[in-house]
Amino acid sequence: MSQAPTPSGRTLPKQADPDAPLLVVDGLKTHFSLGSETVHAVDGVSFRLDHGEALGIAGESGCGKTTTALSLVRLLPANATIVEGSIRLYGIDLVKKSPDALRRYRWREVSIVFQGAMNALNPVHRLRDQIAEPLTERLGVSERDARRRAGELLELVGIPKKRGGAYPHELSGGMRQRAMIAMALACRPAIVIGDEPTTALDVMVQAQILELLESLRHELGLSLILITHDLSVIAETCDRVLIMYAGRVAEEGRVEEIFRRPRHPYTQKLLAAFPNIRADRRTLEVIPGAPPDLRHPPPGCRFAPRCEFAMAVCTEVVPPEVTFGDVRVACHLYPEGSDGVPVTTPTADAIGATMPLVEPIPADPPIEVPEA
Amino acid sequence: MTAENGDVIVSLKGLEVHFPIRLGILDTILRRTHGVVRAVDGIDLTLRRGEVLGLVGESGSGKTTTGRVVVKLTRQTGGSISLDGDDVSTLWGTRQLREYRRRVQLIFQDPYETLNPKHSIREFVAEPLVVNGGVSRAERETRVLAALEAAGLRPAADFASRFPHELSGGQRQRVVIAGALIMNPELIVADEPVSMLDVSIRTELLRLMLDLRAERGLTYLFITHDLSLAWVIADRIAVMYLGKIMEIGPAEQVIRSPHNPYTKALVSVSPTPEPPTAGERARRTILVGETPDAAHIPAGCRFNPRCPYVFDRCRVEEPPLFDVGGGQQAACWLAEGGRELPVVPAQRVAAVTPEVAGT
Repeated sequence: MSQAPTPSGRTLPKQADPDAPLLVVDGLKTHFSLGSETVHAVDGVSFRLDHGEALGIAGESGCGKTTTALSLVRLLPANATIVEGSIRLYGIDLVKKSPDALRRYRWREVSIVFQGAMNALNPVHRLRDQIAEPLTERLGVSERDARRRAGELLELVGIPKKRGGAYPHELSGGMRQRAMIAMALACRPAIVIGDEPTTALDVMVQAQILELLESLRHELGLSLILITHDLSVIAETCDRVLIMYAGRVAEEGRVEEIFRRPRHPYTQKLLAAFPNIRADRRTLEVIPGAPPDLRHPPPGCRFAPRCEFAMAVCTEVVPPEVTFGDVRVACHLYPEGSDGVPVTTPTADAIGATMPLVEPIPADPPIEVPEA
Repeated sequence: MTAENGDVIVSLKGLEVHFPIRLGILDTILRRTHGVVRAVDGIDLTLRRGEVLGLVGESGSGKTTTGRVVVKLTRQTGGSISLDGDDVSTLWGTRQLREYRRRVQLIFQDPYETLNPKHSIREFVAEPLVVNGGVSRAERETRVLAALEAAGLRPAADFASRFPHELSGGQRQRVVIAGALIMNPELIVADEPVSMLDVSIRTELLRLMLDLRAERGLTYLFITHDLSLAWVIADRIAVMYLGKIMEIGPAEQVIRSPHNPYTKALVSVSPTPEPPTAGERARRTILVGETPDAAHIPAGCRFNPRCPYVFDRCRVEEPPLFDVGGGQQAACWLAEGGRELPVVPAQRVAAVTPEVAGT
């Protein structure tokens, strides 16, 4: 088991298989116990993340996107358990690791940037010290070196080094979020998870932060997982998108494909419900009803009760995830061999009326993975 | 301002809200100040009956303060406000404001904080009637049910006896709308009414607001930080920056052909659920730095330190709102005489290093 360098020149953990993909999540189920009942928050989610790739996980409140992210770094609340599935990082199954063993991976391999930088930063510590902490704690770097490195990290995210002595309350929201990113980068992780990293920010500051993430990704060869309810953030920054609904994957694929030619009825509705400054005004779609109670999820497709194309089979049988080229979709309209064309033709006005996104697009060049 | 554009319901003239900075109780006692926060710094704004005016700005732009002045929760320090042509600038005190507040209602952003968890929906919606008095119990009940019904909470009787924790976020915001409707207002000031909600629920509420306008001829001042939301719902859009209106006009025009560089930058970075093409990326203007704080407003045009088009005049003289045609006005020297903004080649003002808030 020799230590092989990764594209970014990092050292892999000892048990790593250098030929294994960066991250493969397979059949992940994370349930919450609520009194005597079980909430099926994440119920069989699979995806893969390659080196240098940015994956967006989107969905509405309660779809399980944050629980998925927290499962990866095992920062789940006390009443949540991963009941099934595997999370393989370089081929190492993190689910099997004890909480202590997992500490080796959190921050050093996979780090996370939370939404409210205001709450995630410690108000009584100087910025520099907070960023240095994971370096001394995890990597055993001397305090002096850690502080020097913290200064470099601040510069990297666009905060002048001399501001390192500031306390969180002395900074604006955008600056705090930059500091959070610096902290997440401290141990040079392979994967950075952003859980709604720009949600509370003004649009101009959001644009600045997204641009920063984009440039860091290319400079450092990072892989990103971006969790957000904001589809436009994913359209801006990600290579691939995974749409979740009620704890399951509805659709997954390349951003250009999913956003221009959504197949799953939920994806279609979600996109059509999103205000778009470049599209016509007042053509927003409404998704009737509410997501299911995940203590008692419906037996078949979980979107069936709200789906205008629902067939008899949808309320009884869980739709399998079928892959068509680059797209994976879990919907009975697209069974194996249907080649991504719905088997029953939906009424024209049901999809077409307010959907400017349906025209076919030419084939895209293959995914570019940055070498550096 | 002109009669052909429909009658004016609310008009703000030279409105100013300046907050004195006092550090500690001693300053308050001695009436000492350490500078002034110019939250709203001289704006003229008219709301026409039956329109949705989107008031857009980033945090610190003064949009919320403007809204609070319109509902008379915050006192202006200068300028005037009139309702239906009557000057209400000096109208203060509960008794005098009662009629005003019947006609002008406010909806807040967070339906979780607006509702008292210990009060039933009936109690919340009926409260304005109880406070104002003069309504019999039976009539109160009828009006509560009618308001809930109008806000799309059906069956109304069922919802009336529920408590806030039994409702979803979207339903709570409907309750808040019902509470605003019960007084049969003419103007509703909605401050980020859907920002906390999921996209699918947002749409329902925006539709509800538009439906209510059609049924009752309501007027909305729709305050939001999200230009694309204003785009969806507003007839006219006013863009605020550091206490001033930078641009105002019909939504189509402001978004499709902005005449103020700030508006143009905001439009260019407003994300859409469509992956951007390389050309769109290149045309984006990401401004450097952050909005300065309103205690230190730059001289000249307040946007000049961040403006990609800045020239000498901008640093010394503040531009007024210039008419650029079609009811659109922009506060920019480049818009003088209705001129278009020049095309600045590849003006991608990269923003990896923000300015330190050097004050």
